[in-house]
Amino acid sequence: MKADPKGVMTGAFFIDGDHACAEGAIAAGCRFVAGYPITPSTEVVERIAERFPLIGGLFIQMEDEIASSIAIQGAAWAGKKAMTVTSGPGFSLMMEHIGLAAMTETPCVFVDVQRAGPSTGLPTLPAQGDMMQARWGSHGDYGIIAVCPNSPQESFDLTIKAFNLSEQYRVPVLVMLDECVGHMTERVVIPPADQIEITPRRSWEGPPEGFLLYKPDKDGVPPMVKAGDGYNVHVTGLTHDERGYPVMTAAVQEKLVHRLVNKIRLNAEAIVEFREDQVDGAEVMVVSYGITSRVAIPAIEQARQEGLKVGHFRLITAWPFPKRRIRELSAKVRAFVVPEINYGQMVHEVERSLGRTVPVVPVSHGGGSVHNPKDIYGAIVNSLKG
Amino acid sequence: MTEESMDVDVSMPTNTVEEYLRMERMPHIWCPGCGIGTTVNCFVHGLEASGLDLKKVAVVSGIGCTGRVAGYLKLDSFHTTHGRAIPFATGLKLANPELKVVVYSGDGDLVAIGGNHFIHAARRNVDMTVILINNFIYGMTGGQVAPTTPVGATASTTPYGNFEEAFNLPYLAESCGAVYVARWTAYHVRHAAKAIKDALLKKGFSFVEILAPCPTLYSRRNKLGDGLDQMKFYAAASEIQNDADTKAVGLSFQGKIVVGKFVDKDKPTYLDAMNTFYVQKFGDRYAPYKG
Repeated sequence: MKADPKGVMTGAFFIDGDHACAEGAIAAGCRFVAGYPITPSTEVVERIAERFPLIGGLFIQMEDEIASSIAIQGAAWAGKKAMTVTSGPGFSLMMEHIGLAAMTETPCVFVDVQRAGPSTGLPTLPAQGDMMQARWGSHGDYGIIAVCPNSPQESFDLTIKAFNLSEQYRVPVLVMLDECVGHMTERVVIPPADQIEITPRRSWEGPPEGFLLYKPDKDGVPPMVKAGDGYNVHVTGLTHDERGYPVMTAAVQEKLVHRLVNKIRLNAEAIVEFREDQVDGAEVMVVSYGITSRVAIPAIEQARQEGLKVGHFRLITAWPFPKRRIRELSAKVRAFVVPEINYGQMVHEVERSLGRTVPVVPVSHGGGSVHNPKDIYGAIVNSLKG
Repeated sequence: MTEESMDVDVSMPTNTVEEYLRMERMPHIWCPGCGIGTTVNCFVHGLEASGLDLKKVAVVSGIGCTGRVAGYLKLDSFHTTHGRAIPFATGLKLANPELKVVVYSGDGDLVAIGGNHFIHAARRNVDMTVILINNFIYGMTGGQVAPTTPVGATASTTPYGNFEEAFNLPYLAESCGAVYVARWTAYHVRHAAKAIKDALLKKGFSFVEILAPCPTLYSRRNKLGDGLDQMKFYAAASEIQNDADTKAVGLSFQGKIVVGKFVDKDKPTYLDAMNTFYVQKFGDRYAPYKG
């Protein structure tokens, strides 16, 4: 279906990534946002708070991130598209509720504008240190989707995509911004509503009799009903059967976790998105995402000017990871270079996706700034010396 | 059971409460003598008396023995995370104001781990009914001390006795802004059912505390007998004082229990306040939020 024109601020704007994220959420149909102030994400909810009253949305500033991350799930079960927004310390507090959303298959969106950690770290400065936390942060096994924009325009586009994927697969979807992209101001084009594709909720329309809350469709995803419609749903974070009732056995646990993991794993090819630049004939492949994908460009161009064959592979979805494509590329290149503003996170995914042994060179950075492109250039050059 | 009683036709429903329960989930997990089931009985009678459209009633629980209530009620029901029933309920209610949202959970869940949410939902006057079953202990995890455990009572994590002052919950609720506050015990089934009915029909943050025996972990450890003994104690120790000053209704170990309806006042709910405020601010440009 197409976006509801109400609220879609069609036009070209000069706004930052946080504001673009807010506009993306509004365009996607989000009408419930709960949040708690935290740098560098606060501008997202500030814009939402300003925009919502006149377009029928509700923003509530909750007492903490724990409350925010579950209030959106109550709203989702009342039928809303809902979102919360945070940064590192708040993201850590939300982990239990990412697990709840995964377990109860509650569509909702979590935005994490990453700053340097651990702990309070550098509140106003960038990092990409939450990438593994995004994948594995809540206890137990579940599938998850995370996107990583590298510009305000992508912040808008990928926030819409996050809502759409969240509805399609009934999972929490994480928008992994970073402080640079969040606070970077650029041209953002918001298309007319009739050019914005929106995924509606997978609603069950049949009668309550015989309805099973967690009976999946063929793709492993069950349709959803909402509170107040007479279905007497029971939703629990306990291990549950297709009725939604708790069952404390290994057999029911296996069946449920298998489906929660596989509804993402088996649909990964449809979910995964990436961009490639000059990969044909490349000897070394730079794998990057978010702000670092832009910082890597001067390094890559310098190496190319010197005659090196350098490809650039950019993650749009970090999770699921484009494992198959990295495996294919590993058959053709002599090395991978993985710059990221952390001490080595997505580089491990590159390593474990390889089809053969190829050097994988991390370009680590503790956070607080972006890389000096010279460091990425150096890694590219050195990767071919081995 | 006598020979005669075994002739009763067991295929016929014998309890009108059953139609409100997910009978396919029986037997429940609560111990013999536990007061939580009694409070569910009160809840159902209160709900029935309220005349509310059951399709529009949702129950939200946290974690713990009382946290299992949501799963036994044949209503839209949500069994959330430990301490977080209130913020889930806040999202549910604000996203669909047509719903009557009930939070039904225990003392540890609502005022220890969930204390921050309790005080803020009361402050905002979010339209919801919070039913708190106070058994003075963490039951599900095996009898640990709670913020409601009276001084002098023993718990598994206070083996020499508890020396921390307990919460006076009606006072806490009133101070934070609750518009309806009552306390009863599992002995006072009719009063409790009536209080639940009144709370369900009250607009705003309504709070009903019900004291309930935990014979397995609280009573046994403190040598207070079984569930029935604790009910007899409630009968003997309770004093009905409607409109009592909530400051003065704190509980002590096996001391006097002041019960009654303490607070019943009117105040704009969160959504009423928001709509009134924005209508003043934006005039015709603002369409009152209805979910």
